[in-house]
Amino acid sequence: MSTVKQDVRARDILGASALRPDGVAKVTGSFSFSSDMWAENMLWGATLRSPHPYARIISIDTTPALLISGVSAVLTAKDVPGKATYGLISADQPVFASEFVRYMGEPVAVVAADHPETCRRALAAIIVNYEVLTPIVDPELAMLATTEQIHPDGNLIRHQHIKHGDPHATGDITVEGNYTIGMQDQAFLGLEAAMAFPDSGGNGVELHIATQWLHEDRGQIAACLALPEDNVRLVLGGVGGAFGAREDISLQVHCCLLALRTGKPIKMQYSREESFFGHVHRHPAKIWMKHHANKDGKIVKIESRMVFDGGAYTSTSPAVLINGITHTQGPYQCDNAVVDGYAVRTNNPPCGAMRGFGVVQACFAHESQMDLLAEACGLSAVDIRLKNAMRTGDKLVTGQIVESVAPVERCIRETDAIPMPDSMANDADVLEFPGGSGRTADRHNIVRGVGWGVSIKNLMYSEGFDDYATARCTLSNGVASLKFATSEVGQGFVTLAPQIARSVLGVDDVVLETSDTQIGSAGSTSASRQTWMSGGAVDGACRLVRERLFEHVGKQHNIDPIRLMVENTDVIDTVGTFRISVADATQGITLSETFEHHHRKTEDLDENGQGNCHVAFAFVAHRAVVDVDIELGLVKVVQIATAQDVGRVLNPLSAIGQLEGGIAQGLGLAVMEEIIMDNGKVKNPSFTDYLLPTALDAPRVVAVMIEEPEPQAPLGAKGIGEPPCISVTPAIVAAIRAATGKALLRVPVRPQDICL
Amino acid sequence: MTVAIPLSIREALDALSNTPDARLIQGGTDMMVEINFNHLKPHNMIALRRVQELRTWTKNADNTLTIGSGVPYQEMETGELKQLVPALAEAARTVGSPQIRAAGTLGGNLGTCSPAGDGLPVLFALDAIVHLQSADASRKLSIHDFMVGVKRNARNANEIITGVTVPLLDGWQGYAKVGVRNAMVISVASACLAIDKPTRSVRIALGAVGPTIIRCRDAEVWLSEQIDISASTAIDAAVAKEFGRRVALESKPIDDHRSTAEYRRHAVGVLAQRLITRASSS
Ligand SMILES: Cc1cc2nc3c(=O)[nH]c(=O)nc-3n(C[C@H](O)[C@H](O)[C@H](O)COP(=O)(O)OP(=O)(O)OC[C@H]3O[C@@H](n4cnc5c(N)ncnc54)[C@H](O)[C@@H]3O)c2cc1C
Repeated sequence: MSTVKQDVRARDILGASALRPDGVAKVTGSFSFSSDMWAENMLWGATLRSPHPYARIISIDTTPALLISGVSAVLTAKDVPGKATYGLISADQPVFASEFVRYMGEPVAVVAADHPETCRRALAAIIVNYEVLTPIVDPELAMLATTEQIHPDGNLIRHQHIKHGDPHATGDITVEGNYTIGMQDQAFLGLEAAMAFPDSGGNGVELHIATQWLHEDRGQIAACLALPEDNVRLVLGGVGGAFGAREDISLQVHCCLLALRTGKPIKMQYSREESFFGHVHRHPAKIWMKHHANKDGKIVKIESRMVFDGGAYTSTSPAVLINGITHTQGPYQCDNAVVDGYAVRTNNPPCGAMRGFGVVQACFAHESQMDLLAEACGLSAVDIRLKNAMRTGDKLVTGQIVESVAPVERCIRETDAIPMPDSMANDADVLEFPGGSGRTADRHNIVRGVGWGVSIKNLMYSEGFDDYATARCTLSNGVASLKFATSEVGQGFVTLAPQIARSVLGVDDVVLETSDTQIGSAGSTSASRQTWMSGGAVDGACRLVRERLFEHVGKQHNIDPIRLMVENTDVIDTVGTFRISVADATQGITLSETFEHHHRKTEDLDENGQGNCHVAFAFVAHRAVVDVDIELGLVKVVQIATAQDVGRVLNPLSAIGQLEGGIAQGLGLAVMEEIIMDNGKVKNPSFTDYLLPTALDAPRVVAVMIEEPEPQAPLGAKGIGEPPCISVTPAIVAAIRAATGKALLRVPVRPQDICL
Repeated sequence: MTVAIPLSIREALDALSNTPDARLIQGGTDMMVEINFNHLKPHNMIALRRVQELRTWTKNADNTLTIGSGVPYQEMETGELKQLVPALAEAARTVGSPQIRAAGTLGGNLGTCSPAGDGLPVLFALDAIVHLQSADASRKLSIHDFMVGVKRNARNANEIITGVTVPLLDGWQGYAKVGVRNAMVISVASACLAIDKPTRSVRIALGAVGPTIIRCRDAEVWLSEQIDISASTAIDAAVAKEFGRRVALESKPIDDHRSTAEYRRHAVGVLAQRLITRASSS
């Protein structure tokens, strides 16, 4: 963990390390998460899930469950009044499985009862007759036309080809590899939970929900309920982390259906085990990549084939795939490329959004390749990357020109300049050794290695999608109140939004109104986009209000509003001596404005994968130092040095939090985090066996923030949420390779991969 | 559900006689997981936490130590218990997190009897005696007879485990555990090695590589034929390596989602080699 120097600014404006307004409540346990909600007369809802990865449903008998005293409703597919399916990109996922179950854990029925235990008994009493089928779990097999199609929409979710420059170009040397990325889970700590209140007439519902995107949820829910969107109101519940796992519908529709059926408030919450079945995961992927380069190390062409296992339903697979293949080159110049990407449906759990969104997979491959290239050319890991480093104005393999600030070279050089950690002290604590508290290693068993990873990540949504954000600012009596539907999932928008208002309006008191669907969409809290998008919306709304304030003050005091500006907490006349505090100037008046922030338009890709499909990009470099117990294959990540292209630091404390958290998550993928599958069955749906890094696994992070304000970004700040977790994974693996000499083509790296 | 909260072993045994189907709960760190997963739905429970007699330990006149079944790991990690049974302290330190070590106990480890239980290899290496008491009888059972299989032991339903007795050996002892993260992890493979100079014995017990904890008797005998354990000379690297190889041969690991049989076998060999090297260089 790092310590951030507290900037002693008098006010919590932009640039200050303002503290989270919900921080104390979260640390002391009084924060109300979605799972803490409770209502008079409420019933509990629970879900019956398929034990099979693939089966035909012959019959469902719910009568035994309905006979249990305390059970109010049992619902199956036939009880869905509206659209039977939902989905973020393609509505191919049933609210309840009816004919087939296509993954282990797929919902088949829900019950409402007076107590969780009654729910459990009711679920056990439902009789489902399955004809168990052989699951198709290998994406290579699944995508063949000759293979049984497990869904009416077919098994190939998306194929995209990229042809860029001269597909026949060659260099002096080639390096290639086959890389495998395992299935990571977002593993947020606050489990899925919601509470639905039916309107008295039964024609509407209010859902309090931990989600990443209220409006998208609302659209999907309303369609399934056959209600107009206005009759479905969503309110953000307390969210305990998201990382992409709350983009898709989980219990939203079920909870509303039960509320409408029973006429009572319904509470639903998943257990940790159920959570592993209740949300999408990071796509496991297989990537073949081949680099052609000149002897001096300059990349000439990249060829790649990427196969992403989308699991049973589409979720965001098409977009994840596009992110993966359009980032094939990494943060490097590359004039020629031939890439094919496939997102494939299988009977594995559905995969979708997770921090890094497709780029994590591509990055593990391209960074492993860069090291192979360095070796082939006799260059260092740093030099090969500097030699090829992308600059503003360079092209992606999609033909898109990178107009964003692109300080790749600076990221690498500043990371390189961070001092290496001291070598292990003679009196080093054994707890700091690989193996930690297991006391497995002695000093002489430990070998140190250093590795590099550098990445490029697109920010915001792509391929023509207008993921705008809306905010309203109301200024009255010296207090600004902000209204937006932005999901606070832990990223800190509740800290940032008031900072923006204080900076723009010269107020100190900022009130945040409830995040709900009573205002326009904020878009999703994902794709590193909320500081840029909702931040842009809040900034825009505040600026409009400030104009109104200047007009008002101008009129009152006979000054041309154009001469007015805000200085600290005063409105001042820039050419005179007039000065009035914002608080005084707004006594008895109310100024209110709403603003929608849209990013610039993007395009679809053509059949050769060419097009300006992304909005903007951010870059980061990671250098990992690891200690490895080679004989036992155990790893301790000692230090991560990083320099990240952040545009502008708006809150130093929040920023370092994103970097450290992302690094821990990338470390998890590198050495321990994996959902282990066996023929379509999840083997480790618990925190006993799905291992997340502990304090003894977390490295010391030394971070440099590279501040080159991004002209496109409303506040000059780039999204910083995803980059930290992307290239740290290959950096750690490269460091393990350096220590062990093993090829290590798969993440997570398991002890046996190192020592056997 | 009823919960009895006895204050003495006697009261606990009475409660157990009155409600023979009752489940005993000590720290609850295994039991509550079972209950939360709905694997277990006890109608009656007897909470042993306030039974002070179970939370004490005593040094006996015959150079042995008796540790109550309710002594939490936290207490074994440091202080006098650490001096007396260093391997137990090291094993205790590997258990879970500080919260788990504040609650979890050897009684519970023995009650659960998982091959991955970290207290058990130490008890096997030390040839511990398990004390069992029922309303009308008490008996002592060797740990080797107590653990009979994966999560199976020889305790009768009417008995309470009151404690374990271990000898205070004269010689180096240590514990090492492999897991896929650096703390709070279920053992993938573990080993406890203990030396007793006066009897020239070396004992090694393995965890998580068989249905029960495994004492590697053949390797022990082989090693005591190669070296004089009572002497404090550094062990020959080749001998240590061969010891590891022999220990690995005696393991009976399986493949599961936590690891592979091959890795587990390899790992216990490495641990044995390292532990004997640590022993001889200390
Ligand atoms: C997060 C977490 C991490 C863990 N990590 C580890 C680890 O690293 N290593 C490890 O070995 N274990 C670990 N465990 C498991 C557990 O902590 C240990 O097995 C511990 O020793 C159990 O002790 P307890 O007192 O909590 O047992 P309890 O849960 O109270 O009881 C366990 C069983 O023993 C029986 N029992 C308890 N006391 C008696 C008695 N006096 N007489 C007869 N039967 C009795 C109970 O009826 C029950 O069946 C972990 C558990 C959790 C939740």
